[in-house]
Amino acid sequence: MTIFRKTSDAATGKLVTKEVTVINKLGIHARPAALFVKVASKFDSSILVEKEGEQINGKSIMGLMMLAAGLGSKLKLIAEGRDADEAVAELEKLFLRKFDEE
Amino acid sequence: MSGKTPMEKTFQGIGVSPGVARGTIYVFSVADEVVPEYDVKPDDVAKEITRFEQALIATRQQLHELQQRIATGIGSNAPTSILDVHLSLTEDPALIDQVTSRLESEKKNVEFIFHDVARKYVKTMQELQDEFFRERSIDVQDVNRRILSNLLGREQRALTQLPANTIVVANDLAPSDTSALDRTHVIGFATDVGSHTSHTAIMARSMNLPAVVGLHDASQHLHDGQIAILDGYSGTLIVEPSEQTLYVYGQLEVKRHSLEERLATLRDLPAETLDGHRVAVSGNIELPADVPALTRVGAEGIGLFRTEFLFLDREELPDEEEQYRAYLEVARLVQPHAVIIRTLDLGGDKLPAGDRIPSESNPFLGLRGIRYCLANPEVFQTQLRAILRASTAGNIRIMYPMISGVAEVIQANELLEQVKFDLRQEGAAFHEEVEVGAMIEVPSAALTAEMIASEVDFFSIGSNDLIQYTMAVDRVNERVANLYEPTHPAILRLIRGCVESAHNNGIWVGVCGEIAGDPIYVPLLVGMGVDELSVGAASLPRIKEVIRRLTYREAQEVAAASLHTNNGRDVLAMLNALLQRIDPDLLS
Repeated sequence: MTIFRKTSDAATGKLVTKEVTVINKLGIHARPAALFVKVASKFDSSILVEKEGEQINGKSIMGLMMLAAGLGSKLKLIAEGRDADEAVAELEKLFLRKFDEE
Repeated sequence: MSGKTPMEKTFQGIGVSPGVARGTIYVFSVADEVVPEYDVKPDDVAKEITRFEQALIATRQQLHELQQRIATGIGSNAPTSILDVHLSLTEDPALIDQVTSRLESEKKNVEFIFHDVARKYVKTMQELQDEFFRERSIDVQDVNRRILSNLLGREQRALTQLPANTIVVANDLAPSDTSALDRTHVIGFATDVGSHTSHTAIMARSMNLPAVVGLHDASQHLHDGQIAILDGYSGTLIVEPSEQTLYVYGQLEVKRHSLEERLATLRDLPAETLDGHRVAVSGNIELPADVPALTRVGAEGIGLFRTEFLFLDREELPDEEEQYRAYLEVARLVQPHAVIIRTLDLGGDKLPAGDRIPSESNPFLGLRGIRYCLANPEVFQTQLRAILRASTAGNIRIMYPMISGVAEVIQANELLEQVKFDLRQEGAAFHEEVEVGAMIEVPSAALTAEMIASEVDFFSIGSNDLIQYTMAVDRVNERVANLYEPTHPAILRLIRGCVESAHNNGIWVGVCGEIAGDPIYVPLLVGMGVDELSVGAASLPRIKEVIRRLTYREAQEVAAASLHTNNGRDVLAMLNALLQRIDPDLLS
């Protein structure tokens, strides 16, 4: 078993984007970031998260933590791949559920 | 022998526990390791990638093991634990991709490249504007350190087994680092950071060993096995001392020895002023093992037994039986004197086993001390049961920490009554009239001491926290440490108010913070009417000496004058002059 994941089959799929707002009080700090990555990593699609023009890999917890997305931040989810629709839908749910924090 | 004479090197810090130790250095390091850098052959890049992969797998296994151990402990009810964060960091594709691509392009060893990549991430995080996000860089550093240790094949060092005559050198020592400390072989402590009131200082004084803190980056320049002199008086660490230095220290040792001998004659004499005012001088301990050092210097009991050391750095809470044995042991050792057992003071910098992750954004204002106990009554009542059962000899007193008002005292006393009721039902023996005290360390408690006094048998002023909370100063933050001023008019008024409230209600009051153990403040405290001073074994003879050379009248005068002085510096100058007059030897 290797823990180095293969890159996704992004090129073959479609592109889905969605704007979301951070509504949990503490923002996307370490635990929500871990949860986001856990969910994002289930999908083959490549996932990018954009904040104020800055894009990071949505499967990278460090990238997410460095976005420093606090309460009220507007983010854009960009998924590309065959399961891009499901990925965006599930990730959006995390935001609406406030990452199970409150 | 190499034939080369090593060069003497002196590091200057702050002496926080008196004494001189001559021994061998042991560097305890959990901080950044020195990472080697070397080129690898193009053919060997794949090997480096494999090493990286293995280190990540090993790290993940260690984290899983840790998670399992913690799951059996307390406080692990978070849906996504911080360990999930750590696990996620070990499989971060951005990090892994960067390391592997740089390995291929630069052809250097993997630990060097990993360290460099990880360091840049941490640096970026530390530059974030939002403090809450910035602090998460601690998690990243923690994981990086684990990965790096695995790459370097180094084990986390421990302080459980040390060679004889060891001076422990570290960047910093946390309670969790020292709870399993090999106490028989350590002779002194030296740390890069810290202050008079940091954990290292408190521990060293309670063990009666010299300690120097604030040595900047000394730990990075030293290595195991170097010979050194640690001078807790002048705050210096002298590595590879020359013949000349050894001679000078030999002479000084003789001089200090004579002071110590003079102080040793006080052992069985009372702490009484020249005009017959009696003050009790007792000791602070962390473990039953600290008692003998206090007995040797003639302590009148234990004024503060910090029980959290029974709880730290372990997977499960100590059960009632284990606690009972520890409390009983101390009670027996200190007879015919008394021991004040402080109930669990967890939180802040000393969280319970497996829960040392900062889950509160401001732990010093968070769930600590009595707040934690009232929120976790089963933990609290287990401890109270153990204390009560050990109280049969009648020399145990109970003290609640972190009280902020009378309501908490009433609530804690109700829980205590419940435990007493249960014990009576079970027919278990305990001392019915066990005395209960409140620790006064939160300004709101000091200001309402009058109300609290009617619910307890004594007060103990925890000056460290009282000063820190009143002045809004973090005592370990070097940038504001100068604002930590025990002689500030606000502090003097709070202490004076506590003493008055206590005496008006017919109860006694002690001081168990660091100011009680510093000869300079003793006349002030005695003059304000404090009945008991509880100090570390190293300071105790000096405190007794000051009291015995003082008249109660002059102490009262200096206290009255201090209360009329509008700045702490003038108070300190006044106290300095007084000590200079009564016993200049104690000023060093």
